[in-house]
Amino acid sequence: MPAFGHFKGVHQSFARAGEAPLVAIEDITFDLAAGQLATLLGPSGCGKTTFLKIVAGLMSASGGTVQINGRDVTEPHPDFGIVFQQANLMPWRTVLNNVLFPMEILGRRDARAVARAKELLALVGLAGFEPSYPSQLSGGMQQRVALCRALIHQPKLLLMDEPFGALDELTRMEMQDLLLDIRAKTGATVMFVTHSIGEAVYISDVVVVFSRRPAVVADFIPVALAYPRAAELRYSAAFTELEHRAGRALGITR
Amino acid sequence: MSLRDLRTALYPLIGIAAILVAWQVYVSAFGINRIVLPSPTDIAHAAVANWAILMRETWPTFLESVLGFALAVAVGIPVAVCVASSRVLNLTLYPILIATQSIPKVAVAPIILVWFGLGLQSKLVIAFLVAFFPIVVDTATGMRATPAGLIELARSLRASRLQIFVKVQFPAALPSIFAGAKVAVTLAVIGAVIGEFVGSLNGLGNLLLSANSQLDSPLAWAALVWLSVLGIVLFAAVVVVERLVMPWSETGHH
Repeated sequence: MPAFGHFKGVHQSFARAGEAPLVAIEDITFDLAAGQLATLLGPSGCGKTTFLKIVAGLMSASGGTVQINGRDVTEPHPDFGIVFQQANLMPWRTVLNNVLFPMEILGRRDARAVARAKELLALVGLAGFEPSYPSQLSGGMQQRVALCRALIHQPKLLLMDEPFGALDELTRMEMQDLLLDIRAKTGATVMFVTHSIGEAVYISDVVVVFSRRPAVVADFIPVALAYPRAAELRYSAAFTELEHRAGRALGITR
Repeated sequence: MSLRDLRTALYPLIGIAAILVAWQVYVSAFGINRIVLPSPTDIAHAAVANWAILMRETWPTFLESVLGFALAVAVGIPVAVCVASSRVLNLTLYPILIATQSIPKVAVAPIILVWFGLGLQSKLVIAFLVAFFPIVVDTATGMRATPAGLIELARSLRASRLQIFVKVQFPAALPSIFAGAKVAVTLAVIGAVIGEFVGSLNGLGNLLLSANSQLDSPLAWAALVWLSVLGIVLFAAVVVVERLVMPWSETGHH
């Protein structure tokens, strides 16, 4: 059985006027199994977001193979859901209509879609906020709405680009638990970009550590900790050992 | 109505009242000739005595301004959309727009009168010409300032260019469009008066000129006050439409 996500020799360079091309990604190779939650962990500016955009089909790679479900990714696919670092909500739409935006674009906004949007909002603890506008919500609440929007069309692959990076530490930990909860309920495959070692280890099945630019896979760390995970896990020896390994791969600990 | 609302309504009134009292005291204390500077009570008397004339002359100026403004919106927004969405059109049209804008409208007014006659059309065209530019510039700016993340989100769902325009760029530009419209509507009144000064059969500008030439300063001042009331009413009308069209911009301030 082929892997759900297959990435081989992915290479990305950007042409620069009067200079040698900037190589953002040297060679990224790994496989992603269906239902897995993989984080791309690396220093900022190392090309993880670029790689995520390539997987999303928003950008095409200079070289290499990018396959999802056995098919080459050449353009965005409606089977993907994306969550960005900023919530990116439309201020002119209510919470409910923001969540329903993908369904409108896909021409599938019907009573069932509305019911599902309400279910998702309830799942993330925002029942009753359907008629509110984004400006009335806190940053964490906005990011929950963005998560619902990414899930509304039941994507097979959820791509998340440092989605909790702009949130405070406590909200961030809550959101991590929420993500795991949702993943358990929807069974979606998740690719999650972060530069937080603790976050990567806490949520992942596998941590793909990116080196500094030009990026290669510095380490591929399977996280053999059972789900559901609870906050106490963060203080266990197995957890810190994995954090240590990721730190070594990043070159910040020895 | 909260105490704060009461204050925002009351303070400007107190300011205006203070100026009027000082004006009145100055004129009577120094025995200023009413031809040079009529007192506020002189102006009020003239306004009451000539109420019917003022009302009759307001109508043409109102029509010229509103129709000129409406035409500027109807033409300006599509032009701005073209300029903002096509590089070629932007390069072609923008220099022409800037060049035409830099021509003083007062200087063009006599030519417009030759083309369109002494009636409504010539004033409408001049009002249009002055109101057009801020609408184009602000709409184009607003469209270009659409958050990149929102466009990327729409692209990730394979939205068509039309969908991106209708559902993302245009609503995102609405605050800028209204900012331009608020400037444009007051400029439209100025444009209409310029036209009336250069040559007209009626209107508040016409009344002001003829009262002035007959040394009826109180009436001239009454016409002037009436013109500013007209400007304020039109401005307020745009604000009301803005609140109706963009209810979300209100909610954030609570």
